[in-house]
Parts: sequence; structure tokens; C-alpha cells
Amino acid sequence: MKQLNSIQKFKEIKLDIRAYTLIFALIVIWLLFGSLTGGIFLSTRNFSNLLRQMTIISFLAIGMTPVIITGNIDLSVGSMTGFISVIAAYLQAIILPTFLPVLFPALSVELLGILSTVITVIICLLIGLLIGMGQGFIIAYGGVPAFIVTLGGMLVLRGGILGVTQGKTIIPIEDSLRLMAQGYLSKYAGISIAIIAIIIIFLFTFQNRTKKKKYGLKNKSLAVDLLVATVFSALVLVFTFMMNSYKGIQIPVLIMAVIAILVTYLMNNTRFGRHIYAVGGNKEATKLSGINVQSVVLRTYALMGLLCGVSGIILTGYVAAGTTSGGMNYELSAIGGCVMGGTSLMGGIGTVFGALMGTLIMTSLENGMSVMNMSVFWQYIVKGSILILAVYLDVSSRKNKPL
Amino acid sequence: MKDEFILRIENVTKDFPGVRALSGVSFDVKKGEIHGLCGENGAGKSTLVKILAGVYPNNTYQGKIYFNEKELKLTSSSIEEAINEGIATVYQELVFVPHMTAGENIFLGREPEDKGVINWNKLFSDTKEILTKYKLNVPLFAKLSSLSVGQQQMVEIAKALSHEINLLILDEPTSALSEAEVNYLMEILKNLKKNGVTCIYISHRLEEFFRIADNITVLRDGQVVDTVKTAETTEEKIIAMMVGREMKKRFPVKESKPGEKILEVKNFSVSVQNKRIIKNVSFDLKKGEILGIAGLMGSGRTELVTALFGEYGKIVTGEILLEGKSIKIQSAEDAIRYGISLVPEDRKEMGLILIQEIFKNISLPNLKEFSTALNIDKHKELQECKKYADYLSIKTPSLFTITESLSGGNQQKVVIAKWLMSNPKILILDDPTRGIDVGTKYEIYNLINKLAENGVGIIMISSELEEILGMSDRITVMREGECAGTLDRKNATQERIMALATNIKRKLQV
Repeated sequence: MKQLNSIQKFKEIKLDIRAYTLIFALIVIWLLFGSLTGGIFLSTRNFSNLLRQMTIISFLAIGMTPVIITGNIDLSVGSMTGFISVIAAYLQAIILPTFLPVLFPALSVELLGILSTVITVIICLLIGLLIGMGQGFIIAYGGVPAFIVTLGGMLVLRGGILGVTQGKTIIPIEDSLRLMAQGYLSKYAGISIAIIAIIIIFLFTFQNRTKKKKYGLKNKSLAVDLLVATVFSALVLVFTFMMNSYKGIQIPVLIMAVIAILVTYLMNNTRFGRHIYAVGGNKEATKLSGINVQSVVLRTYALMGLLCGVSGIILTGYVAAGTTSGGMNYELSAIGGCVMGGTSLMGGIGTVFGALMGTLIMTSLENGMSVMNMSVFWQYIVKGSILILAVYLDVSSRKNKPL
Repeated sequence: MKDEFILRIENVTKDFPGVRALSGVSFDVKKGEIHGLCGENGAGKSTLVKILAGVYPNNTYQGKIYFNEKELKLTSSSIEEAINEGIATVYQELVFVPHMTAGENIFLGREPEDKGVINWNKLFSDTKEILTKYKLNVPLFAKLSSLSVGQQQMVEIAKALSHEINLLILDEPTSALSEAEVNYLMEILKNLKKNGVTCIYISHRLEEFFRIADNITVLRDGQVVDTVKTAETTEEKIIAMMVGREMKKRFPVKESKPGEKILEVKNFSVSVQNKRIIKNVSFDLKKGEILGIAGLMGSGRTELVTALFGEYGKIVTGEILLEGKSIKIQSAEDAIRYGISLVPEDRKEMGLILIQEIFKNISLPNLKEFSTALNIDKHKELQECKKYADYLSIKTPSLFTITESLSGGNQQKVVIAKWLMSNPKILILDDPTRGIDVGTKYEIYNLINKLAENGVGIIMISSELEEILGMSDRITVMREGECAGTLDRKNATQERIMALATNIKRKLQV
């Protein structure tokens, strides 16, 4: 019994070690690039850029996490992002400007722009959801391997992009949409959000303690809980002040944070989340527990499609155009980010936090190498090699797990 | 005199975590004989075969094995080593490449080559030579997938014989064969004997031993009961040896009597790919009754209960009446909704998510009880899980422990906890005590009795006859997908069950 206890403790620490390794690797990479670029890499300006750069991929990595955890894959997300991006541009530049002024002649140009953006966002999210559900349906109920369905989807959607754009770049994009991808929160808004976040952290901590008491479960000491809450609050504050010392918190980064928190909640605190991990952990046992495995898989793809929608919208706003090459190779960065962040391609294991850290590491490498003016060919080679190395380390550490 | 034995097994003991599969097994096999090996499921036959084939290498068991007067020391778990020593094994589950011909399969991995190019002519002429020498009737150019199971087995045997071997082990070769194919196989084995090949022959069909075997060794609970000359024994004596005459008091006494009928199954059939795996099975179950289902492995007992649990979807025929009302069960979801729970045969593959925490495993089918669409009340979940973990006294440091690190018995308790939480009306247990230590077994028996006393209808499959006899109110025996008969507790004996399960038509008097 005692021996089991120590093994257990060792395992719990080991789990934490995984998360710490990621943070540690990130800090090493940052310091390395910091010294190689004479500090430019670590400036708040570059930092702000780095975070914005990761946002578009991060939506895809967040959505990819549940897909990979159920033991599937989605290779179509890059093309889907590109496709939704050109749809957004097409709506904003060509379709809506012809309809909206006729339907609402009383509105000012500015209000028409905002209306156009709202409609665009809704349509794009719906299209993402539908494409995701379509692919998910073929995979879950048609029994076609995910690799093939999404590989086909990748080509189909890439064709769709060329069809919509006719090979040209589509402009112009409304200011309000550009703001979503390029804008900054005012410094006061930033601080207000930080304060709200801190209040939520503390409220959550106390609520947790009362509930544990109610059900007769053991609480950690109050001091420990408060310390943890304080550390998180401090991180929020440091981040806010750092961003404020440049131009403020970026709107897409805020969107990313909100989505990451929502999906993390979904994965940890809902039946759907539990079912996702269960399907990946042991499909047969999950089925025999009365869970509709096909429906779970379908819904992970629906979520993935929805997040491709978000990613496509932000891409259009960021580039301020719909381009034929939009989203090219994003699927590789997203999958790379997930896997580097500890999501197992065998299924059953992975977190949104890990996927975000993995994406941040990948983006940091990319950003650092461009700040250093490294040739593009080297950038590809380094990124690819590091991905393989990261997964090798992961696989070999799992092989040696003490059981 | 010594050189007449090709194989001498001395005091071989093999332990698995928590279970002793073989304990002090000793027997000898004479050169050129067909040596029958029999015993109930779990008696240790397969373990012994795997030791001889090198699957369990030399250092994983105690005891000595002499082969051709030399100590047999297989160090790696690759079968090549055993073949090089002269021992080849044909397993129950055939292993071959279906899209290749007999010759390609026989010489797979060691194709005759000519300057790096396969010499197809030599390959086929060698194949033909083997097939004619041992009178194996297999078409030379047909793909294996187009052959019958019997013919596929001949290819496996030819493959074994294509090596220089002295000992051929056949592990239940007839379990998947038709009557005519069995007859043919018997002829082939007699022919092999004429050619000087020694054979260890394992089967559940006792009459086969009396057709071809010279000697029979009976195993029970990992020990050799005896080795006898076939000419000097009878099927009845062998059965008595297999099941053992003594019956120890290993089972708690159930107090209550069965109540009214809760489940009735009529003319239940399942066909998979034109093969009927369950044929017109009818039975019923009463509240608080423990219905034992006995049968050999592959008799359809597991298929019967998984079919009841919705495993085969819509292809089942027949009628299921739950508390008098006709219901349809096409998925595990349906079954659970009607209050039927299944503790599956293989807890690792089908019962548990080993990489997850204990509490997540227990709550998985029951999440609805403490969650809304948007939230799981984790605290309530933990409290509920703790209740059942305590009730079953699962030995673990915490509910957050990864299930994989528990012992077999405690893992099985997690599976049972998961289904107790769902408050079933009918609980199906498929071999619930397999690979579990005696102490935990007794706890599980107690628990099953307690559930029955609370009015739960229990269907229990077991490979151990003693367990079935000790626990059940009634016993249904399955054979080849059919219900071979149902026995009451009063007039059920191990011999009667075995007779039904192995289809011995004569009346037994032991």
C-alpha cells in the first residue's frame, strides 16, 4: 500500500513535469533568441507581435486538440481557414455592399460597415460549422478514415478558394472586421478586464472550497489555495501591464484567451469533454458504457469547423483581403502545436493549455528566426526538425513509464 | 530406456501477477507418439504450449525441460528459436497472409532466392513436395482467403513441417472444423505419425484422443492430474480427472429465493457474415436469481450476453421480454436505459479506460446523474464514486489514481463499481473472477449474492465449473451457439455440465 502511494505520488509529479517542461522549453527558447537578437526578440513590441502571430494558428490548435484526443486527425483546417477567409472577403467586398445599402438606406456608412461585419461573422461561423459537421459525419457514420476524408477535404476546399477568388485577391475589407484582427483594447479596458479576471479567480477558489466542504471532501489549506490564486492574478496583471506599455492588449489575443478558456471548460467540466477523453482512451469500453461514440466524433469535428470559421475571419481581418494562398500549411502548424504540447496521436491524452504552449513555441521559433533574418529555407528545416525531436522525446519518455 | 523420450518436462512452474498458471508440472512425451493434453479452460494448457513455443522465454518460469536429452533454453520470445530447436506450433487462431498462396505462406520470409530474385519454380515445387509427402489436399495456386478453414489449417501444418522439426504441437486444431474436416485431420495426423513426427495434441473434444492419441495427460488448476495410456482409460475417467471429484466450500451461501420473472429471451439468434453464432437460444431470468452460463471457450456464451447488450445492433432476431414487455436492444445505450449492465469478459480491452483516473472510470456511464448539459458537478461525482469505492473496498491510495496501476482484482472492482452505480435491474457478469486472487474472488461472490438478495437478476458466465456450481440457482450450458441444456442447482454436477458442453451422448455415471 505504501509502495503504491509513492508510485502514485511520483506519477502526479511526473504529470506536472510535463507542463513544466513546456514552460521551461519556452523560456529557454525566448532567452536564446533574446541573446541572439540583442534583446529585440524580448521587447514588448515583438512580444505583442508574437502573440498576435500565434492567434490564427491557436484557434486551429485548440480545435484540433479534441479531434486528436479522440484518435482522429483533421488535415483540412488550413484550406478551410483559407476558404472561409475568402468567403468573408467576398461577402464584405462584393455581396454585402450591393445589398445592404438598398435594404437599409437610412443607415450611415459606418453602421453599414458594422452590420456587414456582423453578418459576415455569422455566415462564416455557420459555414465552418457545416463543413466540419459534413466531414465529421462521413468519418463517424460513414466509417471512412479521418486521414482520407480530411485529405480530400483539403483539396476540395483549396479548389473552393480558387473558385471564389478566380485567382485574384479580394478587397476591400470593412474597418470593423480589420479591428477584430488588428485592434488593441484601450489601456483602461485592459485593466478593467484584468481586474474582472482576478475577481473571478478568487470567487472560483472560494466557491470550490465551499463545495468541497459540502460534499465532505478534503480541502487543501486555505493558504495554499490563496497562494495559487494570487500567483495566477499576478500573471494576469504582469501580462496586462506589459501589453499596456506597448499599445495595449490585442483584440485577437483576447478572443483567443476567451475561446481557450471556454474549450478548456468544455473539455474538463462537461459530459462532452469526458466522452472525448473516454473515446480516445478506449473506444470499446466507452461504447459498452452506453456512450454514442459516433456522435462524440461528429461533434469534435463540428467544433473544429466552428473554430476554423473564427480563424478564417481573423485571417481576413489581419490580411485585410481574401487571398488565394490564405491558410496554406496551417494544418501542419496546428497539428505540430498540439503534438508538441503533449497531445498524443494515439488518443486519450492532451490539453488545450498544452496545445497553446506548443503553438507558442512553434510561433516563437518562427518569429525569432525571422527577427534574426535567418533564410526561409533554414526556418523550415529547423521547425520540422524540432517538431520531430519534440515528439521523439515525448514517445521515448512514455515508453519508459514505470508500470 | 531414456532415449525413447523426446520431451521431458520437469517441475515447471509459471507465475503471472496474482495467479499461478502452472505449478510443478512434470510429464514425458515419447518419441513418435501422439500425446493428448487436456484440461478445463484455465487449467494451464495454453501456458504450457507457450513455454514450449518460446513465447515465455527460459527465464520467466521455474523448472526444467529436456528436449532430445538436451535442456531446452529458449531465450528470446521469437518463434524462430523454437523452430530451430525443432519444435513447431500450430495455434487455434491461424496466422497467415490471406492474399497469398499456400507456397508463399509456407516460405514467407525465407523464399528460395537466386541472386536476390525469388525462384518461384523452386518455391512451388518444394511446396508441392511437402503437400504430397504428408498427403495434404491443398490447391497449389489458390489464395488462402479462398480456402476453407480446414485447408488453411493444413497450410499451417505444412508450414510447420517445412522446417526440420521433431515435435509438432497442435493447440485445439479442431475447434473451428466441421465433422468431415476433423476426420480428414485425424487421417493426416496418423500419417504424420507414420513419418516419425511426434505430436502434442490439445483438444476439448475428448473422443478425438481415443481415435489417435497414445497417451493422455490431464491438467487441472495448473497441475498434472495424471498421464494415462489411452487404451487403458475411458472418456468418463478423463472427465472425472479434468473436473476433480472434490468440491471445497469456497462459496458463500445465498439466502434468498428467486422472485417473479424479470427477463425472458425467446428464439434468440445472431448471424454474422452468414455464420450463425447464436442459434435459437431461449431462457428466462427471475428477480434475485443467479443464472449461470457454462460452456467451453467459443461455445457462444460471450456472444450471447454481448448480443443481449446490443453489440450486434439490428441483426439479432428473436424476442426479449423485460418484465413482460417486449423490448428491442440495438446498442449498449438501449441496454443501459432498460437497466441492463454488463461486466465484460476482458476488463482491460472492454471494461476500463486504463489511462484514466479511477473516478472517471466509475462515473463514465453514470455522468447524467450529477451533471447538467453545461456542467459536471465534480464534487458530487467524487462523493458518489467514493461511496461505491468504499462499498467494494477498492484498495487504492486515492480515486485520482490511474486505473492501470491497480491489481487485476481491484481493476475488476472498478468495473463492478461503475455498473453498481447505474443501479441495474439485471447485471450480466462475463467471467468476473478470471485472473483474480482467491480473496478478492470471495468478496466478489459475496457481492453478487448481496445484489441477488436485493432483487437484481444476475447472469454469470464462468470458465470455472466449481464457480458456476457454487454460485448459480440454475445453469444453462452453451455448445456451438446453442443452448445444450439447463440444469437446476439440485441436479447439476460438474460431470453433467461437461457432458452437455462437450456433447457426450451417453449417460454418465461417475
